[in-house]
Amino acid sequence: MNDLTIQFIPYSELAYLTPYRRVKKLLELVSENKILIIQGKLAPEEEADLIQETMKQIRESKSRKKFKGIEIATISPKSKDLSIMQNITEKLATTFFGGRDMITIIGPATVVKDIRKDPSKIELYLRK
Amino acid sequence: MAIEIITNFFHRIFNNLFNYKKHVKLGFYGPPNAGKTTLANRIAKDWTGEEIGTVSKVPHETREIQFKEKVDIKFDSKKATFKLIDTPGIATKIDYEDFLHFGLSTKEAKKRSKEATRGVIESIKWLDDMDAVVIVIDSHENPYNQVNVTIIGNLVARKIPVLIVGNKVDLKGADLKKIDSAFPEYDVVGISAKTGKNMEEFYEALFNLIKKVK
Repeated sequence: MNDLTIQFIPYSELAYLTPYRRVKKLLELVSENKILIIQGKLAPEEEADLIQETMKQIRESKSRKKFKGIEIATISPKSKDLSIMQNITEKLATTFFGGRDMITIIGPATVVKDIRKDPSKIELYLRK
Repeated sequence: MAIEIITNFFHRIFNNLFNYKKHVKLGFYGPPNAGKTTLANRIAKDWTGEEIGTVSKVPHETREIQFKEKVDIKFDSKKATFKLIDTPGIATKIDYEDFLHFGLSTKEAKKRSKEATRGVIESIKWLDDMDAVVIVIDSHENPYNQVNVTIIGNLVARKIPVLIVGNKVDLKGADLKKIDSAFPEYDVVGISAKTGKNMEEFYEALFNLIKKVK
């Protein structure tokens, strides 16, 4: 495996960007083969935008190391006791990026094979 | 004009009496290979005699939105007309090399991959047009995957009623309890779209779902 970069992004670095810029920034970083650990959580609409932009980028990718998409998961420190729906309701409380106490992990699919999540933990499986 | 007013009046009264919308745009959403088209086909076949689309073991078989208009469904004494909207599976990654394992040529795999990316974008765009949505989850897979969370989050934000279907319960290893515990606020119905197992339960849940359509 080549060098692996893990980048932590504090809440303040994304909170004041527009949703469009936020999604673009995250995708730019992931395209550089970085695994992002983000303090906070995208709103559902932003997640949908992220998926749509990811698909566009896969289609347009012509580089030798082709972009194949992303793996993404979010976890809340309280999520052991929360259902998905309660987690979503918490996220909806903020219109856009929010949930300072939540952690989102995004990685490029060329590096991260799978992110397995259950209510209390996230496991990253990397490609060899 | 007078006839129209009288017709509309009775239509309103009738709708209020039974408390649900009679023409429902029903979307089938979920990750690839969960069985969305198999379920949409079963419903369409049950009530119109025709299927909506082809199914395959190769992921992303459905790469365009598919419809079946005017599907009249009756359950007990209730009746409603549906427009069934089968959507391409939503994914966060698509790699043409994955299709090669299913025997596709490189050219076919690359074409499928390109079409699949378009399909995902279309599925998300269509979320706004749904009256109600059935989320189809493979009951062998982890329900906590981010695609399910994103779809549900977007439906909640748009106030679109949701029914969750745990599909493939006829196969060994199906874990409906895990889906139930992930989505305790929703009706979860375990079915096999392929064999037709529990379809009565599905139709009952479907009519409960459309009561919530505004």
